[in-house]
Amino acid sequence: MKAAIRLGCTLLVSISSAALAQTTAITGATVHTVGPDGTLENATILINGGRFSDIGTNVSIPQDAQRIDASGKIITPGLFSPLGQIGLSEVSAVAGTNDGTQRGEDFAASFDVADAFNPRSIVVAISRIDGVTRAGITPRAAGPDEEGNKSQVLSGLGSVVHLGDSAEHFVKRGALVVANFGETGSSVAGGSRAAAVQILRAALDDAIDYQRNKGAYERRAWRDYSVSAADLDALQSVLDRNAAMLFNVNRASDISVVLDIAAEYNIRAIIAGGSEAWMVADHLAAADVPVILDGINNLPGNFDLINARLDSANILVDAGVLVAFGAGEQTHNARLLTQSAGISVANGLSWDQALEAITLAPARIYGVDATMGSIEPGKDADLVIWSADPLELTSYPDQVYIQGDPVSMESRQTLLRDRYLQTDSELPPAFRH
Amino acid sequence: MNKPGIFLMPVAALLVLAACEPGPDQDGPAPYASRYQPLPSVATILQGATVLTGTGERLDNADVVMRDGKIAAVGSDLEVGDMTAVDATGMWITPGIIDVHSHLGDYPSPEVDAHADGNEITDPNTAEVWAEHSVWPQDPGFVTALEGGVTSLQVLPGSANLFGGRGVTLKNIPGRNVMDMKFPGAPYGLKMACGENPKRVYGSKGRAPSTRMGNVAGYRSAWIDAADYKKKMDGARTAQGGGEAPKRDLKLETLAGVLDGEILVHNHCYRADEMSVMLEIAREFGYKITAFHHAVEAYKIADLLKQNDTCAAIWADWYGFKMEAFDGIRENAAILDRADTCTVMHSDDALGIQRLNQESAKVIGAAARVGINIPPERAVRWISANAAKALGIDDVVGTLEPGKMADVTVWDGNPFSVYTKTQKVYIDGALVYDRNDPSVNPVTDFTLGTSARHGGAQ
Repeated sequence: MKAAIRLGCTLLVSISSAALAQTTAITGATVHTVGPDGTLENATILINGGRFSDIGTNVSIPQDAQRIDASGKIITPGLFSPLGQIGLSEVSAVAGTNDGTQRGEDFAASFDVADAFNPRSIVVAISRIDGVTRAGITPRAAGPDEEGNKSQVLSGLGSVVHLGDSAEHFVKRGALVVANFGETGSSVAGGSRAAAVQILRAALDDAIDYQRNKGAYERRAWRDYSVSAADLDALQSVLDRNAAMLFNVNRASDISVVLDIAAEYNIRAIIAGGSEAWMVADHLAAADVPVILDGINNLPGNFDLINARLDSANILVDAGVLVAFGAGEQTHNARLLTQSAGISVANGLSWDQALEAITLAPARIYGVDATMGSIEPGKDADLVIWSADPLELTSYPDQVYIQGDPVSMESRQTLLRDRYLQTDSELPPAFRH
Repeated sequence: MNKPGIFLMPVAALLVLAACEPGPDQDGPAPYASRYQPLPSVATILQGATVLTGTGERLDNADVVMRDGKIAAVGSDLEVGDMTAVDATGMWITPGIIDVHSHLGDYPSPEVDAHADGNEITDPNTAEVWAEHSVWPQDPGFVTALEGGVTSLQVLPGSANLFGGRGVTLKNIPGRNVMDMKFPGAPYGLKMACGENPKRVYGSKGRAPSTRMGNVAGYRSAWIDAADYKKKMDGARTAQGGGEAPKRDLKLETLAGVLDGEILVHNHCYRADEMSVMLEIAREFGYKITAFHHAVEAYKIADLLKQNDTCAAIWADWYGFKMEAFDGIRENAAILDRADTCTVMHSDDALGIQRLNQESAKVIGAAARVGINIPPERAVRWISANAAKALGIDDVVGTLEPGKMADVTVWDGNPFSVYTKTQKVYIDGALVYDRNDPSVNPVTDFTLGTSARHGGAQ
């Protein structure tokens, strides 16, 4: 019954905006555009056809526009969680609900988690009512299964999704290929991080050779490769720079190896984790390699993280590195992006840079900033109307819009909350709904 | 400077307690007893701050006086005299933060197998082990927790077993060994665990328990043994009993300590229905559950917990990582607090312990979303006074009341703002952390020469 109610709401929303193609005008708020307009006081935002059509302090509102008064509120772009398994994991410890990891003998470059994405996951609603409108869904390495099948150096293809109600959730399929270096790489490659590097280099060399000799290979008139044709095709998209290669890596020396590989193969590298990235900040900036930083880790969880520190973001941004926040383990709590951003402000990052790191920066890192990440005419109308300063943990969204549509502000958690807030009912909880 | 004599009293009190336990050597400090000594301190007045006392009060433009390691006074325009005066204008002052659920030292950083000493996964009942015997004082997590304002913490065994062993409460000052850190006079805890962990760990080994009903049978059987042991021990002690004391049994000694009311039960338990059953077991055998930990569904039984005077120690927003955490909601603490149930924010995590204030802020925000206003002076109790109650140390710490230990955290703003950081931390009146003076701050041996900022290669 609950599913039917949810679906009903969804339909209503999409009919109202799509069929009528009406302009929505959101007025009166302080708008942090994260775009060229900067921050606008008492601004008007016009939305039409799912996109921003105008933003400013002197915007004329069409007669038939639906007006939303957001006076006294703060508006930001929707938040972008770049890492994790939203829609790929319902309950972390229930194997059947987890689709983010391929284990086995295959080299996993072409393993595509997009085919497992579930837009009806409870985590989608829980994340978006706290402002997360876009997510990178990224495959991950994990420990061996009961049969001893292992993860691989490459975890597979990641994609960018939106968390709205429209049927096409994929913003960019195969936006990245995930690689594991450092301690994780060592554990899956045979006991040394150098082996992980060796395996990746061999596969990239094969992919280059395959590209040049594809015809002969397909006629079986060429040598065998270390990996399958599907994996070689996935790597080809990295070599073509259509997809980025995201390296899970923390130790400074391992990051330097990534920079060498990125230069040698002319690929778009992304550092994820990056606890010691601050130590090679200048090199990262010179190579134009961005970092998706775990913003709250300041302890040596392992020896790769000995120099983790809370002011990493500030050091990296000062050096000119593009920084986003995101942690691979934040699938269920992707909403905590704001906490990472807030903590980084407490440790020296500017507020505007911190907001950019959870909105536009991840969009730029994944090459999807033409359509999202900031409040600019022509971009998808993803925005959050906040009760107060969005980086404060005491703040919350009053309303979230994705592609111009207001999303339901209900989740499984709000339903539980509302049930147990009713203490005057004489009926058992199961009868309170 | 401090007067060490003043601090001997609680230690002596512990000696009396410990002397009740059988032991051959009654000279000198009892084996394993606290050897904690406060660091040198000077009489200090913190002036002009917003003070959250931990008793539910907020005082604006107030002073806090610490003398001889104790809170001497809290109020406005207090006499400075010969004290060291600290300008705390614009600062907020709270009791030192207390975490009731930590594994620092037992699961230290770095998280290598060689250091994983928190779970004795060899039997569903390991009540005989003591978490303190695994504590590695060089865990850098103690220092980062101190930076987060944490002055006391309970280190508990893990949750693999029905009975995980004894927990220990520490003062957060890294020492040479755990005895140097033990909170003087604090009662021991007994870690118990419900639900998925014990049944998974032992079920997968083909032995009991493999179900929740197996868990319950395991607890009850153990309490029957403990009651029998206690009866024989009590009998041997009294003239009427006259019997010979049974051979000392470490496991039963701990469980009997619970039945005697000397050891506090800290019960890892997520689901409301399971917590309810655990309360029945406590009724059957006549012991009290001091706190449920990880009580993700406590909001469903706030009234029941209140009736039993049982605290709920919880995270702000962890959910979904396993089935028994599927119903976690951010409003858990808000619903508990509204029912006046003893509500405690805990960490269970080396990163979370650094920002229990922010965990509380998440709840304040979630509550505001449904129109429940939780002011800072109320929320701070979750990480100070209520936590002290759950550890049985609320008579000596947890609030800024005169006579209590001067465990004090000074913040550069409202502690529930994400932008706020600690400025100074005092333990027993001694300045042990100062954000603006690194020479004050502890650096563990592990950090020396590994971290680039402490002598390691950069």
